[in-house]
Amino acid sequence: MKLQISSQIAIFALLELAAVPERQLAVAEIGEKYGVSSHHLAKVMQALARAGLVRAVRGARGGYQFCGNARRTTLLDVIRLFEELGSAEGRSEKWEATAEGVALREVLTEMDDIAGATLGSITLATMRKLVGRRQAYTGQASVISH
Amino acid sequence: MRSQPRAECPSRFDFSASANSAIAVRRVRVSDILQVIALDERVTGLAKPDYWKDALSRYGGSRLHDRAFLVAKRRGPQSESTLLGFIIGEIRAWEFGSAPCGWILALSVEPRARLSGVGQSLFNAIATEFKEAGVNRMRTMVARDNRLHLMFFRSEGMMAGPYLQLEKELD
Repeated sequence: MKLQISSQIAIFALLELAAVPERQLAVAEIGEKYGVSSHHLAKVMQALARAGLVRAVRGARGGYQFCGNARRTTLLDVIRLFEELGSAEGRSEKWEATAEGVALREVLTEMDDIAGATLGSITLATMRKLVGRRQAYTGQASVISH
Repeated sequence: MRSQPRAECPSRFDFSASANSAIAVRRVRVSDILQVIALDERVTGLAKPDYWKDALSRYGGSRLHDRAFLVAKRRGPQSESTLLGFIIGEIRAWEFGSAPCGWILALSVEPRARLSGVGQSLFNAIATEFKEAGVNRMRTMVARDNRLHLMFFRSEGMMAGPYLQLEKELD
């Protein structure tokens, strides 16, 4: 399974911001760590702001700040802001009416259900714990520091 | 009921380092079972007294070296008054080809006591049980649409395991 770039960027940005909720980060700081253009990241941040997950902070050290609930916001909540999950969401192909098509649809639906259950059960707080564990293994810093 | 739970062993069940120091976790007692039945009925909407009495016998009264039926109560003078939650687990070996592993078979938390560390205290307590019994992995099964339980177990660090559960409607 592969996520669209916007979904990935959104998850990374939220993980950075949720790590220290009282801190604000500039788009450029996040973009630099993940190798993402500020232009693309700015669009993603606007979508996250509309969803109430981040807020823009003005001023010399302005940027974005996390304002969601990290223990209740799941990866699925974030991804759905940018893409529809599902193997063939919204399509209506001729093969779907065939017995073979129905059988294939059944298998794809099973995969979609499992993916949805996985993404819908992992919160940003849980992801931060995962990041912390990986950091403990590798010794790398897990959040952007000023 | 085949057997009664033995008295708790304080040295092994003093979970003072549990997630929340206001919560005490100990072995189930016969006197807890009515509260277990009532809590499960409140949470699931289905009364299963025979099932839980059998569980008391199986997991609280025999093979205690590899089975655990633990309850969470509030510490202090009123500590025995209200059941905050319970967890049941068992070490199983070689089923499905799996090396010995601790299974969490049931977990329930009083809805009014959620988000206060009860589930985490129970989870940590049974993890301690499993570790002391010599296993280094624990596992459970959760309905795909049970988001609350899935989120809880994920938050405790559980990830998808190497097995897929399969089933078939019998015609």
